Amino acid sequence: MSVPTSADLKDVGGIVGFTDIDAPEPELLKACVHCGMCLSSCPTYRITGQEMSSPRGRLWLMSAVSQGRLSIDDPLFQEQMYQCLNCRACEAVCPSGVQYGPLVEAARYQIEQRLDRPAKQRIARKVMLDWTFSDMRKMGAVAKMTSLYQTTGLQKVARKSGVLKLLGLSDMEKMAPATRGKSLKPGTEAWTAAEPVRAASLFNGCIMGTAFGDTNRAACRVMARNGANVDIPECQGCCGALQVHSGMFDTARDMARANIDAFEAEPDRPIVVTAAGCGSTLKEYGHLLKDDPDYADRAHDFAGRVKDFSEYVAAENRSTPGPVRRKITYQDACHLAHAQRITAQPRTLLKSIPDLEFVEMRESSLCCGSAGIYNILRPEMARKLGERKVNHIIETGATEVITANPGCAIQIATLLREAGSDIKVTHIADFMDEAYANGEPGAGI
Amino acid sequence: MAQYAYERSRTIHRFDSDMISSPLISSLERAVGAANVFGDSSDLLVYEYDGSVDAAVETSKPAAVVLPQTVEQVAEVVRIARTNNLPIVPRGAGTGLSGGSVAQSGGIVVALTRMAQILDVDYDNRIALVEPGVINLELSDWVKPGGYFFAPDPSSQRACTIGGNVAENSGGPHCLKYGVTTNHILGLEVVDPDGKVRWIGGKGEEQAGYDLTGVFVGSEGMLGIVTKALVRLTPKPETISVQLAAFPTVEGASLAVSRVIGAGILPAALEMMDNLTIQAVEPAFHAGYPMDAGAVLLVETDGVTEDVEDTAREIERICFETGATLVRQAITEAERDLLWKGRKMAIAAMGRLAPSYYLHDTVVPRTKLPQTLSQVDEISKDFDLPIANVFHAGDGNLHPLMLFDRMNKTDIEKVVGASKELIEYCVSIGGALSGEHGIGTEKRDYMTLVYTGEDLAAMAGIKQAFDPNGVMNPEKLFPKGYMCGEVRAHYNAALAQKYGIYPL
Repeated sequence: MSVPTSADLKDVGGIVGFTDIDAPEPELLKACVHCGMCLSSCPTYRITGQEMSSPRGRLWLMSAVSQGRLSIDDPLFQEQMYQCLNCRACEAVCPSGVQYGPLVEAARYQIEQRLDRPAKQRIARKVMLDWTFSDMRKMGAVAKMTSLYQTTGLQKVARKSGVLKLLGLSDMEKMAPATRGKSLKPGTEAWTAAEPVRAASLFNGCIMGTAFGDTNRAACRVMARNGANVDIPECQGCCGALQVHSGMFDTARDMARANIDAFEAEPDRPIVVTAAGCGSTLKEYGHLLKDDPDYADRAHDFAGRVKDFSEYVAAENRSTPGPVRRKITYQDACHLAHAQRITAQPRTLLKSIPDLEFVEMRESSLCCGSAGIYNILRPEMARKLGERKVNHIIETGATEVITANPGCAIQIATLLREAGSDIKVTHIADFMDEAYANGEPGAGI
Repeated sequence: MAQYAYERSRTIHRFDSDMISSPLISSLERAVGAANVFGDSSDLLVYEYDGSVDAAVETSKPAAVVLPQTVEQVAEVVRIARTNNLPIVPRGAGTGLSGGSVAQSGGIVVALTRMAQILDVDYDNRIALVEPGVINLELSDWVKPGGYFFAPDPSSQRACTIGGNVAENSGGPHCLKYGVTTNHILGLEVVDPDGKVRWIGGKGEEQAGYDLTGVFVGSEGMLGIVTKALVRLTPKPETISVQLAAFPTVEGASLAVSRVIGAGILPAALEMMDNLTIQAVEPAFHAGYPMDAGAVLLVETDGVTEDVEDTAREIERICFETGATLVRQAITEAERDLLWKGRKMAIAAMGRLAPSYYLHDTVVPRTKLPQTLSQVDEISKDFDLPIANVFHAGDGNLHPLMLFDRMNKTDIEKVVGASKELIEYCVSIGGALSGEHGIGTEKRDYMTLVYTGEDLAAMAGIKQAFDPNGVMNPEKLFPKGYMCGEVRAHYNAALAQKYGIYPL
């Protein structure tokens, strides 16, 4: 690897090098020995076949910026830092243990500090990421409006009229989640086990709590059936994943501190999460707040309590599900399979269901293209990946696909619908809830 | 050294962009479409390296990168390169370890990652026709439902391409029984340095005349560009057994290796790991290797169930005879995977001990393994450089792993010095430079250790016959300064000497 000299630097032009705060750490960058073992696991490399769209290529570009061989405002650098889905499949296969996620997030933070975005983008990011997600009341209002829009017939009118296309919103509109049940407000509902052996808390999340309230309720029922009294502590909010992924560390840190405060009253309870993307961010609060003297240790403790829904239930295993006579397949959410390395537990849970026919799909752990808000920002790449995923799902002959992340569920459902398929997309919490209900005495199955 | 390479590549690029780049780029764009050509300085940054170690291979930027999608496009690109008198460097996934796909003297990199279709699978004849960009492991996965696999299994198999395997004649743990890539290639469609498309070899098992396919496999991209490969598929064995044998010393394990092979047993794989490797691997992956063992062997046997059982008993007996303290057998897939996991992740674990590692690839006669390993130990002490050993013991293919920090100049000097001693020693006892990684730029200056001027001239004669202008992947394989004009001169001189026309 070249060490830059002043002669190199003056040639590059533009903005040279990273600033000191929240830069991709040189020690972490150095861990990459460019062996290329990550290439085949990277969705964008698989689609494009080009080196700059690979984890190895992107790390090399980060090194080039830090060495002053490439300017941070080079269009290639910005394109590649944001073309990455941050699915972290590369991390799971890296022989040298490179921590790619934190590196690409830091690179994005650096870009955000130095980049003048056009006004339209700036406002959109502010509204989406700063305003909506940071306050659950606003989030709730957006969810309510979405639900009204979908149920009152306004959606039909809007889709027919062509007004969505005119506003450039048609892809975004299609991706708006079909809401499941009423919003679930923290502090308003609780579940008790028949024979409680422990207490656990649910992390409600933003999308999950508002658009998929019933899925979170199902998760709580499953936890209660497995011996836990479940509460949803008040004052918790969004986890900040989208902000971390978009390089908006300051907003994300505020959100993390609020959540740490919210869950501190009962420090022995595990914090159970129903969204893979949130789980992985919550488990990394320790890294996010490592330089905050008041919160570093507390963030570390908080992160240690976080469990994904399937991770938690598979470990508790205090109840037997009843039969479900269907053929299903399972889609690995990136932030569960790669970032949290949880692939066995959801399969163990599903395979414990009597009569269920479980088939694996090809490339189950290759990203579906959802990746937070990636499918809204980069519909073209997202669509290619989504269609690849949907083809693999249809190929299995299953009538239902199970996943553990709302983003994947929305993306896959949308593209299945477009492909004319009636395969159902179900969150693993809803599916397990059904199976456990079938196991109740007198369930009649 | 690396600094020099970078400066030089910049100069070339500046020259290209000012003088010939624009017409060059636009003619390439006409040939393959603008989306398949890279010519910007920043784009080219990510094509200046491959998988090889920084201390051993200089990085170097090409003038342009093309990603063709058809054989016609490849041929057109080669013709454009000829017209512009630019070298051509074929590239697959870029996971090579000898610098084979780095554009040492600039020119056009032809990356074949967008030609990645499995075109035909013919189970009746046990063959498949594939494009060069197909990933090794995905070919095996593809034919798995039919009960077959593609036998060459380099450790990079989840990323590396069939085209790259052909170029480097890649091996892997299972090559002991199944042979290296050349044993699994029946024919090739190639674009020659003139830009003509040719077929060599074919479906028939025995071809009359010279074995050109054999010449082409392992030619490190220096004779032409592979655009299709007709590969052999191997039936999956009925039963697989993996045995773990732990020995107090490396010598004991080496003796067992020689005895097993000497007894006429041909294991599917026979791998050794020394204590330093075990220390790194076991705490990380819990494969069940005893931490206090001097060395462990992994012996895989496969075939018909009864045979496998008999062979396993015999291997067990030999291991205990040669001092093994423990022999354990795994039959189920899960048990086998766990034993293999430690071996396959061994290099990974090393990556966690030191920021960089340099993986050597020398081969020594099996009977000389014990003395070679004690020599490695001595070199490690002399240079104060940790060296772990994890290797294909069955065919004597060593993989000493030197652990160092590539940002540290002293470390790099140690690695360079220790490498030289190690290679010289292996060659002196009748070994080879490379078992499966190729020579590239990494080891080209060691070629004179093994080959005489006349040997090299004979190789140069082959190069000359395929590529008289020396445009295909220059500066590889032959020692530095031994290329283009020199290759021809040496070739002529050797001929002249042979026929007594004039003394050299």
